[in-house]
Amino acid sequence: MPSTTDSSAPPVGPDGRASATGPAGAGPPDVPEGEAASVGPRRSLGGRIGSVEVLAALLVLLIVFRAPLADALSAPRLQTWTTVFVSVLVQAVPFLVFGVLLSAVIAVFVPRSFWARALPRHPALAVPVASAAGVVLPGCECGSVPIAGSLIRRGVTPAAALAFLLAAPAVNPVVLAATAVAFPGAPEMVLGRAVASLVVAMVMGWLWLRLGRADWIRLPRRPELDGASRGAAFWAAVRHDVVHAGGFLVVGAMAAASINVLVPERWLQTLADSPVLSVLALAVLAVLLSICSEADAFVAASLSQFSLTSRLVFLVVGPMVDLKLISMQAGVFGRRFAVRFAPATFVVAVGVAGLAGAVLL
Amino acid sequence: MNRQAQAVVLLLLGGAVVRASVTDLYLRYVKEGLRPFLIAAGLVLVAAAVMTLWYDLRPAPRGDAHGADDGADDGPGTGGHPADDDGHGHGHHGPRVGWLLLLPVLGLLLVAPPALGSYAVGQAGTALAGQQQSDYPPLPPGDPAPVTVLDYASRALFERGASIGDRRVRLTGFIAPGPDGQPILARMVLSCCAADGRPVKLGMTGDVPLGLPPDTWVELTGRYSDRVGRDPVNDAEIPYLAVESWREVPAPRNQYE
Repeated sequence: MPSTTDSSAPPVGPDGRASATGPAGAGPPDVPEGEAASVGPRRSLGGRIGSVEVLAALLVLLIVFRAPLADALSAPRLQTWTTVFVSVLVQAVPFLVFGVLLSAVIAVFVPRSFWARALPRHPALAVPVASAAGVVLPGCECGSVPIAGSLIRRGVTPAAALAFLLAAPAVNPVVLAATAVAFPGAPEMVLGRAVASLVVAMVMGWLWLRLGRADWIRLPRRPELDGASRGAAFWAAVRHDVVHAGGFLVVGAMAAASINVLVPERWLQTLADSPVLSVLALAVLAVLLSICSEADAFVAASLSQFSLTSRLVFLVVGPMVDLKLISMQAGVFGRRFAVRFAPATFVVAVGVAGLAGAVLL
Repeated sequence: MNRQAQAVVLLLLGGAVVRASVTDLYLRYVKEGLRPFLIAAGLVLVAAAVMTLWYDLRPAPRGDAHGADDGADDGPGTGGHPADDDGHGHGHHGPRVGWLLLLPVLGLLLVAPPALGSYAVGQAGTALAGQQQSDYPPLPPGDPAPVTVLDYASRALFERGASIGDRRVRLTGFIAPGPDGQPILARMVLSCCAADGRPVKLGMTGDVPLGLPPDTWVELTGRYSDRVGRDPVNDAEIPYLAVESWREVPAPRNQYE
């Protein structure tokens, strides 16, 4: 599907470049700001107060009001929320940074021709190859989103990049080893997880080839990357991806912390008895909890009141669809993409994992 | 959000992560093994900030005058509103969603929330559900033998104290309100970060430390008890310890097991 790759690349290039060099030195660029939000009253101040000043004022305020702030957060529920929120982010930062560095390397140092040679020419064949390539990326899902964005930008067919996005967090050796440790008596969980995750990734890749539309994906523009030196382009890509994907990671972490605090585990107990309800309950829980794929096996192991099949569904759905991933995908690929891709992946993942559980477990 | 503001945010985030990982602050949130990766990631963030400022502030060789217009065009500087982050409304200036990165900075530098405690214990079921295991090594030497709450609880539960026998054990945990109003001893177990933290719960008989507020850390010395309770949260069994003596202790360096 050459048209897909072609149409997703140019908006980044000429369009971005135009907006980068066009208004340079000219008056205040009204167009992007007008489209961005209703910021009428602020615009008159625009020339004086930039984001550095806002940032400085914000920081001073925070330091001044530090004590009342800490008091306000001392209620046990709020405190637990803050702890979970901070810990999700601290846990994710190394993986995010690793993924962002790798994606910046792909964006700047790996020539386009490499991907043409590395992947089969036919998109339908590139999908399974890309899914299997996920085996070599030891990380969790936070890192794979910017990498997939980078691959698409470098001309990899979106179907293959998306298959990689889904497969990499679930089938890499670190995650499979963690699964084996968490389920010492059930090696078939490891097999089931690897097989089901690969199948879901490939099905989604092929589904994208048949139904996907290139204009659903809108990668953020990267004006700086054109014409800059390689060093400048590399660090610009790192900065942009950390700020962008990281910002959406914060949204996801806030959602996950809220679920963690607001949904007591007792509610799950009542769902565990029905085979169908338990599968659906753990699938939804995997989406809501947004646990890192390297840790979710241990959580699944502790949900012992649920059947093995429903826990396999938890392990397959979690790394592919969860709140922080949806948020990051909306940020990196655009909202129109995320609202279609996430539900479709959810349905396919629940179906495939349920089937794998019925056959293997 | 212009590039300089992004650089400052990255600098703060990287600095906060490095600071949390060179002190013991990070142990409240993640496993100890993550430390080298946290330091490395923090340094990369700081480097990204420095390089951004360097490329941005040095005299541009080819009329690269973004600095001025970037400063002007980032009007909506209202950080912290997920509602206004459509991810693509940011024209050619930086993503507004990036302002949210100040929240973890704030969390790490100013608030520094404590490790999970008794509230989280009440929310979740005991972690010792179903991970059956039967071959335990002998207890460590010493009288009383130092054991972790997790170790004692799994020996007591899964082999009915066979490897403990009549020996005295010493373990450290914090007080949490139990299901029947009696205090229990708890310790959180992490496999990755505090988001997946699960409590190990231990009932107490004998010289029970009564009247202590929740989250007080105590060191218990006692022997195996064959009494077993039930955790109403996930209907799992809670083992008991026959306490012979106890004393209050300061919170350990790593509060998780």
